[in-house]
Amino acid sequence: MKEMYNVSASPHIRSGVTTAEIMRDFTIALIPASAFGVYWFGFAAFVVLLTSVATCVVSEFLYHKIVKRPYRPYECSAVATGLLLGMNLPANVPLWMPILGGIFAIVVVKEMYGGLGQNFMNPALAARCFLLISFATRMTTYGVDTFAASGATNEGLYNFYYGASAVDGITGATPLTALKAGESVNLFDMFFGYTGGVIGETSAIMILIGACYLVYRKVISLRIPVAYIGTFAVFMGLFGGKGFDMEYIAASIIGGGLMMGAFFMATDYVTSPITPMGQIVFGICLGLLTGIFRKFGGSAEGVSYAIIFCNLLVPLIEKVTMPKAFGRGGRAYARK
Amino acid sequence: MVQWHKAVIKEKEGENMAARTFKGGVHPYDGKDLSKDVNTASLLPKGDLVYPMSQHIGAPAKAVVAKGDKVLVGQKIGEASGNLSANVISSVSGTVKAVEPRLTVAGTMVESVVIENDKEYTTIEGLGEKRDYTKLSKKEIREIIKEAGIVGMGGAGFPTHVKLTPENDAAIDYVIVNGSECEPYLTSDYRMMVEEPERIITGLKIVLRLFENAKGVIAVEDNKKDAIAKLTELAASEDRIEVMALKTKYPQGAERQLMYAVTKRETNASMHPADAGCIVNNVDTMISIAFAVAESTPLVRRIITVSGDAITSPVNFNVLTGTNYAELVEAAGGFKEKPAKLISGGPMMGQAIYSLDLPVTKTSSALLAFVRDEEAESVESPCIRCGRCVAVCPSRLLPNRLTQLSLRSDYEGFEKMYGLECCECGSCSYVCPSKRHLTQAIKQGKKAVMDLHKKNK
Repeated sequence: MKEMYNVSASPHIRSGVTTAEIMRDFTIALIPASAFGVYWFGFAAFVVLLTSVATCVVSEFLYHKIVKRPYRPYECSAVATGLLLGMNLPANVPLWMPILGGIFAIVVVKEMYGGLGQNFMNPALAARCFLLISFATRMTTYGVDTFAASGATNEGLYNFYYGASAVDGITGATPLTALKAGESVNLFDMFFGYTGGVIGETSAIMILIGACYLVYRKVISLRIPVAYIGTFAVFMGLFGGKGFDMEYIAASIIGGGLMMGAFFMATDYVTSPITPMGQIVFGICLGLLTGIFRKFGGSAEGVSYAIIFCNLLVPLIEKVTMPKAFGRGGRAYARK
Repeated sequence: MVQWHKAVIKEKEGENMAARTFKGGVHPYDGKDLSKDVNTASLLPKGDLVYPMSQHIGAPAKAVVAKGDKVLVGQKIGEASGNLSANVISSVSGTVKAVEPRLTVAGTMVESVVIENDKEYTTIEGLGEKRDYTKLSKKEIREIIKEAGIVGMGGAGFPTHVKLTPENDAAIDYVIVNGSECEPYLTSDYRMMVEEPERIITGLKIVLRLFENAKGVIAVEDNKKDAIAKLTELAASEDRIEVMALKTKYPQGAERQLMYAVTKRETNASMHPADAGCIVNNVDTMISIAFAVAESTPLVRRIITVSGDAITSPVNFNVLTGTNYAELVEAAGGFKEKPAKLISGGPMMGQAIYSLDLPVTKTSSALLAFVRDEEAESVESPCIRCGRCVAVCPSRLLPNRLTQLSLRSDYEGFEKMYGLECCECGSCSYVCPSKRHLTQAIKQGKKAVMDLHKKNK
């Protein structure tokens, strides 16, 4: 036989976009908000983020080794999960919490259900909720540990067990709780992020910068975030008790984890609907649930629970919103 | 130039300018610059010619010559068998060397007539004689097209005389000439639109004689500006013919997407274009019709693009059917670098071939040679449900779901999720960041479902 050439089924060309590139873009988009978190909450925040990322990467690697599944580091989705988890924790949590959360996110939520692409809940959020339920007080003690305040006291084992700025911890001083209690908030501070909260959620502008990058790189579409935030705004206008008071609605939107959730977590490919119509329905469900949780629930926050609950609705939403094929479902041309 | 501007203004004034495309699709690197400005060169065969009896959709033709027979240019060597079939015509004069199974592009062995070329090119009587098609009846026109062995030259190879014989001629209101040529690297249709626009118009006028209520639309992607200009100029004096610019996007030339872009009529996979009042033909098919009806020349030639980064001088050839692929590569200056992959047809829907020892058939639109095999280099990883395949699917399917269903042999679910509506354009696989073999799995699923249907009949 003479020379043989490669054969394969068509198409024979592939676009340049790869899964690894998407994960990298996603991680890049998280950087502005995390960087602001580190600037605002201090070095402790950096340690939490780093611990979380390292835990996720290491647990993914070890899990693959133990179950003898080929490990594909180039997908680097564990980095994004780790960073997202870290951003969902207060800066002053003891370091065993990101470690526990990271292991839970990767091993229980992601790998045990089949690994990349198979998890039915957003791993970072599931881990946050797991920690929130198990260690409610520590998870809601938001410390503002500025550069000046950080220093000699934050050292060694003490930090690991009790958290970096446990000393300076300001309990419950987030704009959302203030809002819920009927106090006034400073919109300007909230927009730029000079408030309490978890590491990645405080700065709306930084989150928007990351979101713009994702949209520019065509990693996410705006269907879910716009439907989510829009529905939530309408809900707060109707049921917030203050009517369509722009300041109140704006504060509700940029306060708490809504922006971070809408752009970085609700848009997670694996746990959101694949159908265009389904994405809009998903966003509306999220907006309604977040509104209900925040307005009528016990705590001031509701984004995490809304998202993981809606994650469970995804198969149902997809089933209902499956598009009719081209020329099917009564769309086929019929001569009159 | 003036005409081109007119075309632009006309398009801008058109009421549904934005509608002149379809939803979805992709924009791969088109590589057309390699060969688009090279004039079509005629190439005579050197070696033996091979004519597979199956170069079309439907039943294979029956060989009507035997070993040792003398044949002439234009002589019928394969006779259509059954309703959906097409004649095969000899493109040279010489002696039949063998009637035996030969390798085809699809990788199968097909009964073929092998002819030793005497290089005299002695023709049958009357070949090339001008004919006044306006004096022919509908029946005569259809008979000529059938005898000439014309099939859809865009790639599918549907026998043209069957396509041109719908139930009711009066119900056809569009005859669409497909000049979109959306496959990357292909420039053969473009060259024809630039070099032989008169024949395209003639072919279209012949077909319009069959359908008294129809309007002729020549649909061309807007990246082929001079083709649009030339055709618009020629169509200016024809009141039943219009040139329409379509958005440049793959797969703009897919039959159903093209019909939608031109007429806004959606059809599904079980319908024929005629069910929506349309007849769709490729530009080269139109030229073949013009040749057959107006110039008494059956289908014996093919315009083929020889291109790709492994080809020394990419070119468009006017070759006789039956010519060996290896001769085309040689005439294009050979390989400048060792190719990893050869493709017969375009990179999106063409067939990878493992050998060059194949004949040019009626549907060979291109022979491409690439130094790198992107498909072999890419590594498949798990689906992350990013939805890119859903966004690009021109048939509004969920390719990732269909792939899952096909891979786990859930053919009932596959059919329920409209798996049979897939047009196999390859956009989903192209765009997949996890480099999954979506199109392949869906094709496989479609085949399995069809086989089940046949079995249950």
